Amino acid sequence: MPILPPLTPPQPSAAAPARLVLQGIGKVYPTVVANDDIGLTVRAGEIRAILGENGAGKSTLMKIIYGVTRPSSGRMFWEGEEVQVESPAHARSLGIGMVFQHFSLFETLTVVENVALALPGKPALDALAQRIVEVSARYGLPVDPRRHIHALSVGERQRVEIVRCLLQDPRLLIMDEPTSVLTPQAVRKLFETLRRLADEGCSILYISHKLDEIRELCHTATVLRGGRVTGECIPAQETPASMARLMIGKELPRCEHDAPQAGGEVRLRLAGLSHASDDPFGTDLRDLHLDVHAGEIVGIAGVSGNGQQELLRVISGEEPLAERFPVQICGVEAGRLSPGRRRRLGMAFVPEERLGRGAVPTMSLADNALLTAAHSQGMVTAGFLRFERARAFARRCIDDFNVKCGGPAAAAKSLSGGNLQKFIVGREILQAPRLLVCAQPTWGVDVGAAAFIRQQIIDLRNRGCAVLVISEELDELFEICDRIAVIAKGRLSPVRAAGDTSIEDIGVWMSGLWPGAGDTADAPLAMETPHA
Amino acid sequence: MLELEARAEPSRLMSWASPLLAVALMLAGGLAVFAALGKDPVEGFRVFFLNPVKDLYALSELLLKATPLMLCAIGLAIGFRANVWNIGAEGQFMLGAVAATGVALYFGDSESALVLPAMVLAGAAGGAAWAAIPALLRTRFNANEILVSLMLVYVAQLFVSWLVFGPWKDPDGFNFPQTRMFAEAATLPMVIEGTRLHFGFAIALAALVAGYAFMNRSHAGFRMRVAGEAVDAARYAGFSATRMIWVGLLLGGAAAGLAGMGEVAGPMGQLTDKVASGYGFAAIIVAFVGRLNAFGILLASLLMALLYIGGEQAQQYLNLPNSISMVFQGMLLFFLLGADVFIHYRLRLRRRGA
Ligand SMILES: Nc1ncnc2c1ncn2[C@@H]1O[C@H](COP(=O)(O)OP(=O)(O)OP(=O)(O)O)[C@@H](O)[C@H]1O
Ligand SMILES: [Mg+2]
Repeated sequence: MPILPPLTPPQPSAAAPARLVLQGIGKVYPTVVANDDIGLTVRAGEIRAILGENGAGKSTLMKIIYGVTRPSSGRMFWEGEEVQVESPAHARSLGIGMVFQHFSLFETLTVVENVALALPGKPALDALAQRIVEVSARYGLPVDPRRHIHALSVGERQRVEIVRCLLQDPRLLIMDEPTSVLTPQAVRKLFETLRRLADEGCSILYISHKLDEIRELCHTATVLRGGRVTGECIPAQETPASMARLMIGKELPRCEHDAPQAGGEVRLRLAGLSHASDDPFGTDLRDLHLDVHAGEIVGIAGVSGNGQQELLRVISGEEPLAERFPVQICGVEAGRLSPGRRRRLGMAFVPEERLGRGAVPTMSLADNALLTAAHSQGMVTAGFLRFERARAFARRCIDDFNVKCGGPAAAAKSLSGGNLQKFIVGREILQAPRLLVCAQPTWGVDVGAAAFIRQQIIDLRNRGCAVLVISEELDELFEICDRIAVIAKGRLSPVRAAGDTSIEDIGVWMSGLWPGAGDTADAPLAMETPHA
Repeated sequence: MLELEARAEPSRLMSWASPLLAVALMLAGGLAVFAALGKDPVEGFRVFFLNPVKDLYALSELLLKATPLMLCAIGLAIGFRANVWNIGAEGQFMLGAVAATGVALYFGDSESALVLPAMVLAGAAGGAAWAAIPALLRTRFNANEILVSLMLVYVAQLFVSWLVFGPWKDPDGFNFPQTRMFAEAATLPMVIEGTRLHFGFAIALAALVAGYAFMNRSHAGFRMRVAGEAVDAARYAGFSATRMIWVGLLLGGAAAGLAGMGEVAGPMGQLTDKVASGYGFAAIIVAFVGRLNAFGILLASLLMALLYIGGEQAQQYLNLPNSISMVFQGMLLFFLLGADVFIHYRLRLRRRGA
């Protein structure tokens, strides 16, 4: 992988005021103090990382700067002048742009319409579409301006969010976990872009749980814990381990991974699965074959938008098939069964979008426990709900998975991103499934929690569960998987034992070039032209 | 300059205060309307709002009026919670009345104690059957249930007219468009002697309790709430959208049909072409003013009944047209929708140039 040139921090000039200064910012929610007396200075051209565990208050602070949330106390200075940011529109007029952790796109509109909404005035859509194509090509973030948001994968949505922000020529760019679902190549391109922007004087506030990214990209870092600033560092002078220690206050736990038990029964079988996508821009699945056995973890790597979404929907039952045999769950031909019936066969499923799909934002965690665990945990008797059981189960998810929240009655949307992810993973794992299907299991969770979730998945496999993980993070797949395959353009590569292959090989396979790939070999690289 | 500003999160206080605010504004608007029409506002207020609650008989009339509203609204609310938009309770009400009338006419002068229970079942079944049409068209052909259920109201009205002008017309009725009066065994007993408040009121209260239990305590109701809040989550959890459309429409239809049965077997004692008189539509307002929950619907249906009766009183004592009650209903809904904006937004004063 190409390495960026070494970091040269911007020279502070004595005359010019800092771009952004925060003093004593506090934010109190009924159940928690999210920000407490935070001070922060960002100079022109500086890329500053905000580090911290899930729920440390990073997103809250960013939302305050962007005018989404109002601080309970504190002052904010923009280029030397005190301001009170009233709204995101106000922030944009000051020159602040933000890429949200949870997407803020209108699902029923197209990409270009979404971008137009964020720009002042009424831009002509055709010209804007052209600009989007240019900007996205220049920055290596391909998006098709005519597509509808609801049909995009999370990786593609992320690209739209970033492009939308770049089109506004911001002077302070806030990025809340922008790379959590981008591919390594896209991340590289993005970093070059950010470096260039910084060289041109744009300041960047950058939140990520990926510590090596931060070391590579950021000049400076501020560490938050429990809503307070607990330290500062120069990331280039730290190691990921030392930064992790700064963040969580202790050593990072390592995953323990021993050899899989051989000869488990087949829990998930894809038998020549083909499926045409309803969406004209979607990916058709073509003749997929795969067995996942009890006691093993199989990973599927691939660039977002190559059929992962379609595959997940077909396996989960959200998109039932016309035929029974292509999807077999625990020995039952399940192609036409509903998600509920599949769950009763022993399948659990963690979707990629947590807010709105994996959880109902406005409902409490206890209600969200009812969403998928109602039957397996006996929360329904004679058609009526047993709330005490739902609460108890939600409490167990919270305790066992270390979810920071106000308790089982807290609304799902009040949780920080990583904590909601932990809750959802916990809810699925604690149902003791026979088959777990997991999309991006550690999306947005901090390093400590990510290691914890991976360990939980491995432990589940050691107890005899079959696990299928679909992820774009190769490091993660190699850390936990026993066998790995690649999906590209709706086709599945042969499955290899993780020990017999390497990140480099899989990277090549991700462009569709695997031995015996046949007619996919001449297909163009998915990254460059995802939807030609 | 005044500006609307999005709240960080919806205000709980406002979601309860908003209906009260709407009522207050409606009262103020009503007084202004009385004044504009050249009536003494104080006298207008007394006639419109106090007459309907002045004694036991007046109160019983109020509850009588509220009965069909309650029934229709609780049924609709179940569907609305799941984004199933049944606008045709009026038609389902009429079909319930027709089915119950059919049973009553079939049994004629029979004194069997089974007549009434059979009418209750027939009423619910008739309303549900009418609602099954939009459900079928929606789930089979994805036809919009708003349009279908609404259009079926007019079909139902014509059907009722055809019946009472044609095959079911009372042969001794001087050609009036109405059926024979029902026999004693086919009329609902009274709850309070000397009033017209019939047993349907008890059925309506029971329906409210059942509606509450269904929406807040049952798994089926939970699934419908999830579907209303987040479609993708419902799909992920495996709650069948088709089933929810059926449940929402059938329960709404059955409740409206019951209300229709209560009208013909209660105060009317026969089927006429004026049987529905807008209850099914007013119930939509009731459901929303009542925040789609059972207790709210109880209060809202009483308020709406007050507007109906107040309108009649105003017609009688103030010489105003009966449509005055429609004006009040319209104002109520208008102010409610207006006040609801403040659940998600707040008003701020902003200095110019800021
Ligand atoms: N609207 C809200 N109501 C109540 N509590 C909230 C609300 N929004 C955030 N919080 C709480 O504030 C704390 C900080 O949340 P925040 O989203 O800022 O965390 P974060 O550092 O961004 O975490 P993550 O890495 O998981 O995204 C959390 O404990 C969260 O539960
Ligand atoms: Mg966050």
